[in-house]
Amino acid sequence: MAVTVDHVARARAIHPLHAFLLAGSVPLFLGALLSDIAYARSYQVQWSNFASWLMAGALVFAGISMLWALIDLFRTGRRGNRPLGYFVLLLSTWVLGFINALVHAKDAWAMMPTGLILSVLVTALACLAAWAGLSTPRAGGAA
Amino acid sequence: MKRLFMAIAVAGLLGACSESNPDANQYGADPALPAPQRGLLPSMTIAEPALWGDQRPTVPEGYTITAIATDLKIPRQTLVLPNGDILVAEGRGGGAPALKPKDVIAGRIKAQGNTSVESGNRLTLLRDTAGDGTYKERTVFAEGLNAPYGLALVDDKLYVANQDALVRFDYTEGQTEASGPPVKVADLPSAINHHWTKALAASPDGKYLYVGIGSNSNITERGMEAEVDRALVWQVDADTGAHKPYATGLRNPTALAFLPGTDQLWAVVNERDEIGPNLVPDYLTSVREGAFYGWPYSYWGQHVDSRVRPQNPEKVASAIAPDYSLGSHVAALGLDFSLPAMGPEFAEGAFIGEHGSWNRKNPVGYKVVFVPFRDGRPAGPPVDFVSGFLGADGKTRGRPVGVTVDPRGALIVADDLSNTVWRVSPRR
Repeated sequence: MAVTVDHVARARAIHPLHAFLLAGSVPLFLGALLSDIAYARSYQVQWSNFASWLMAGALVFAGISMLWALIDLFRTGRRGNRPLGYFVLLLSTWVLGFINALVHAKDAWAMMPTGLILSVLVTALACLAAWAGLSTPRAGGAA
Repeated sequence: MKRLFMAIAVAGLLGACSESNPDANQYGADPALPAPQRGLLPSMTIAEPALWGDQRPTVPEGYTITAIATDLKIPRQTLVLPNGDILVAEGRGGGAPALKPKDVIAGRIKAQGNTSVESGNRLTLLRDTAGDGTYKERTVFAEGLNAPYGLALVDDKLYVANQDALVRFDYTEGQTEASGPPVKVADLPSAINHHWTKALAASPDGKYLYVGIGSNSNITERGMEAEVDRALVWQVDADTGAHKPYATGLRNPTALAFLPGTDQLWAVVNERDEIGPNLVPDYLTSVREGAFYGWPYSYWGQHVDSRVRPQNPEKVASAIAPDYSLGSHVAALGLDFSLPAMGPEFAEGAFIGEHGSWNRKNPVGYKVVFVPFRDGRPAGPPVDFVSGFLGADGKTRGRPVGVTVDPRGALIVADDLSNTVWRVSPRR
């Protein structure tokens, strides 16, 4: 029995590199959010530069994950609906994150407060996407 | 939740599209100032460069234009010496690092509208040996300078504003080459040098030099600390090199000149970008000693710029409005006052070289305009004096920078895209 569950879990888990990129995007989005908060509190514009680059890095990670998820979508075929939900979450994260990157490209305080609000939403979405993507069926679980 | 994302996305995209054009009569003392606006992407239109070929810039009826020097290494400002020789400052400065991904991308796009020639870092002397306006003799007057820009001659002293220092050469009439390396008069603020050009003018009595020092950012996005000793005009004692701020809050004072017969300094100033196609007007203004002109806290007097944090209501309250709007984004880089030798229609007023816009869907500038003066004040809308740099085909063949009036009756125009110096004179 244990052998069977293990087999199913392996089949459903995403590729290690995919998992690395997906999980890696979360602290990058979070770092951008924290930098935005630091900028809002200090008016030190360097924080908004940090946020912009963290966001750019996050978009690279999330973007590759999203393409991977898209390819998986076609490869998985009839294996349940988790991949679709995961892909939609990632797509939402990426699109909103891209808009946020453009907002962050505005000079000085012009990015506020929209940039901070978007960073909160994008970080939350990235967490949900990572959760969905990294969730694998467990013994007795209701995945 | 997804509907919210869509709403944000659509609102952002609409913002990018709702650009009002054209320029709403934004000339003179009281320009129309619309509300600030900025879509998700800044408006960027860089006119594609093209060669002049057989084409020439357009000048008024009764005037001719000739290229008196070509293949220069980025000519910016010129100076007509007492014997009629012309000095040309050549070079490119700056090199401020990219701070955001946006700077990397925008920098590449803007570079498409500029010359790819290497910075000359030199002064070239042009001589009209035959006296017929052809300038056949050409020598390198001085080299190894650091992005020279502003030029001024006081008696036998030639002052050059490099991007990092004000330097002085000894000059004797007829010289075609500097007799030695320059002497430093004063260091100029040069950290980062987002706006690197250092404009220069000498007071009529020659005691003081005025140096225009641009801001270190569009609107403080490089941090407030970077703006110490920036966005102002310095008064420098010609003998000692001691300096003091003469007027402040001038975002990028790119050319300075004294109105002939007066002790009044004038400047053209480039204002801030990225709050709309019709904001903020670049301007021509008399420079009042001790005055604050708004940057970065406000523009055109008390119009607060909300992008600056922390804000400063006291500074905003003290800000004065400049004299004359030239229109938003025209990028005025040259200024000189006319003389009767320029012909009756252009006898009294200011010539202004406009490098041309990038932050606007419909490009503006890309020409030399004439602002008529009466009784020492601007009187009337600007008139095109040299145009056709931006062709009807949408391609740019040149971008005017410095303009200098030759007392013999000619306007010398430096063009830093085609690396040409043009001479416009009344047909005789």
